[in-house]
Amino acid sequence: MGGRLEACFDRLRTEGRAGLFPFITAGDPDLDFTRELLPLMTEAGADGFEVGVPFSDPLADGPTIQRSSMRSLAEGTRLSGVLEMVGDVRADIPDTPLVLMTYYNPIIAMGLAEFVRGASQVGADAVIVPDLPPEEADALLGIMNDYPLDPVFMLAPTSTQERIELVNDAGGGFIYYVGQMGVTGARDALDSDLGATLARINRVKNRPVLVGFGIKTPEQAAEVAGHADGVIVGSALIDVMEAQASRESKMRAACDYIASLREGLDRSKTVS
Amino acid sequence: MSELVSRGRFGRFGGRYVPETLMPALEELEVAYEEARSDPAYHEELADYLREFVGRPTPLYLAERLSDDLGVLRVYLKREDLCHTGAHKINNTLAQVLLARRLGKTRIIAETGAGQHGVATATAAALFGLDCDIYMGEEDIGRQSLNVFRMRLLGARVIPVTSGSKTLKDATNETLRDWTASVRTTHYIIGSVVGPHPFPEMIRDFQSVIGREAREQILEAEGRLPDACVACVGGGSNSIGLFHPFVEDEDIELIGVEAGGRGLDTEEHGASLSAGRVGVLHGCETFLLYDDDGQIIPAHSVSAGLDYPGVGPEHSFLKDSGRARYVTVEDHDALKAFQKLSVLEGIIPAFESAHAISYLDRLAEETREAGGMKTVVLCLSGRGDKDVHQAEGFLSEMLDDEEVR
Repeated sequence: MGGRLEACFDRLRTEGRAGLFPFITAGDPDLDFTRELLPLMTEAGADGFEVGVPFSDPLADGPTIQRSSMRSLAEGTRLSGVLEMVGDVRADIPDTPLVLMTYYNPIIAMGLAEFVRGASQVGADAVIVPDLPPEEADALLGIMNDYPLDPVFMLAPTSTQERIELVNDAGGGFIYYVGQMGVTGARDALDSDLGATLARINRVKNRPVLVGFGIKTPEQAAEVAGHADGVIVGSALIDVMEAQASRESKMRAACDYIASLREGLDRSKTVS
Repeated sequence: MSELVSRGRFGRFGGRYVPETLMPALEELEVAYEEARSDPAYHEELADYLREFVGRPTPLYLAERLSDDLGVLRVYLKREDLCHTGAHKINNTLAQVLLARRLGKTRIIAETGAGQHGVATATAAALFGLDCDIYMGEEDIGRQSLNVFRMRLLGARVIPVTSGSKTLKDATNETLRDWTASVRTTHYIIGSVVGPHPFPEMIRDFQSVIGREAREQILEAEGRLPDACVACVGGGSNSIGLFHPFVEDEDIELIGVEAGGRGLDTEEHGASLSAGRVGVLHGCETFLLYDDDGQIIPAHSVSAGLDYPGVGPEHSFLKDSGRARYVTVEDHDALKAFQKLSVLEGIIPAFESAHAISYLDRLAEETREAGGMKTVVLCLSGRGDKDVHQAEGFLSEMLDDEEVR
């Protein structure tokens, strides 16, 4: 299961590097842009991607990803279109893990079975549903079991020991650690408890841990990577692109930013 | 025909679909509520505030001129409009503030649509000196400026929400976002029987005081139970509060009235049960308004309190099981009923409650055709003072045209 993710984490471990997993909203500003951008960011140093499906009511997301989702929806992005795009881009980056991130209602609207079949057919490796904790995931997990698609669950600064174990047992692929309280969005300072909570998770985990929410600078990325297997950077990346006007300059700015994070991370080592 | 609550579900509906950050807080709230529920001291304290501060029990008033007008219905109004702050919302906010105090939370947040829940929350927070922030859609702030001022007067901060459709659903998103950041010190008082478990069940219990009182009062007045209970349904808290104590009496018709807006053949309504499908929003699985791609469709109603694209999961269960039925009333009919109750009974109802009043015309017609008589308990969930300004625009023409009775 999840061959590409496993291979990716194996390679990172062997090389002693931390993983860099950018998040982008598919279809912002349109799906052609996303299709073109992912291979470019791979060259710039990304190890894998979270491909966000836009949703009208993204309640775990801060203003940056809300705006990004609205732009994508205004462009007419649909879940089926995102899957198609993932299939297309797969040809260009055959070994790069692609993780779909979507709220639950678009999956329900498509039909759970059709979504899982479609996602694995186009070569997605895992699925993250931020509003679907393991307790509510039986129906989706039951279907995903039959496909090479990993369910990724999240942990947060508030997670109890019991929940850490629950998520570790229920999930596949990796654990997504929400590095700060609140919604997604770049922050100037990291949560001061980050190291302590990650230490609690590292004691029980039997899969890699990626940290997302709030990471902006290469220095922050490096600091986080000292406690985890890699980082997820979303809002800060979208902020960087938002500041540019043309498609070319957005792509260039995104790749420069990814390269700077890569450099910051390569100055540190993973814990595992 | 009981509620079948297991793991926070009513049949297949409900659940707890929230980001991980909130899961521990919901588990904590569930435990705290279970403790409070079995603690006589909590019930005594709550009952005391409901009596002395809210003014409960509210009357069950026989609306004689309305009944005469309808001919075949004997209509009793459960006067929640006489609660302190002018609507049933305070039953819930007081109970939750007492709970928040048990949890040691020092700050209260809430979403509001019409502003009634915001006012009721600000009131309860003021009573206990808690910090209070209310999220309200910019669109609703425009429609309900007096309630905005009331909340401020009560010491709350009103935070305008400019995302999405700028109404109740977006205010709910924003309050949930706040809560994921502040959950260690803050309690979120959801205003209706929606959201993740345990909110729908807990708020149902708090609002059931409406139905419990009504049951005693109708037995006192009529010596029998009613034939039907009628209430408006947005999120569905006043209706579930009225229905719940009657659910096991299967002969009693339970009728929820949703916002038909500009008509179910348009996309501009708030009728999740009558015209929606099952999905997940704001932490629970329930009937919702969404498009073929799962994107939520903004609701529409002349009444801000019914302007919500979802509904409490227990209503979804009552609909699915056939125990309750759900009907719709369009904007213009609700406005007519708003005027009718004012003229006939000297009671200006909230736009929300006017939807329920309007449905009585159809219920009377049905009853007449069947050749019977019905005794009806209708929840008059709030008073219409907040809507008078808006009504002036819609109705002055109508009043000029028509001969005033």
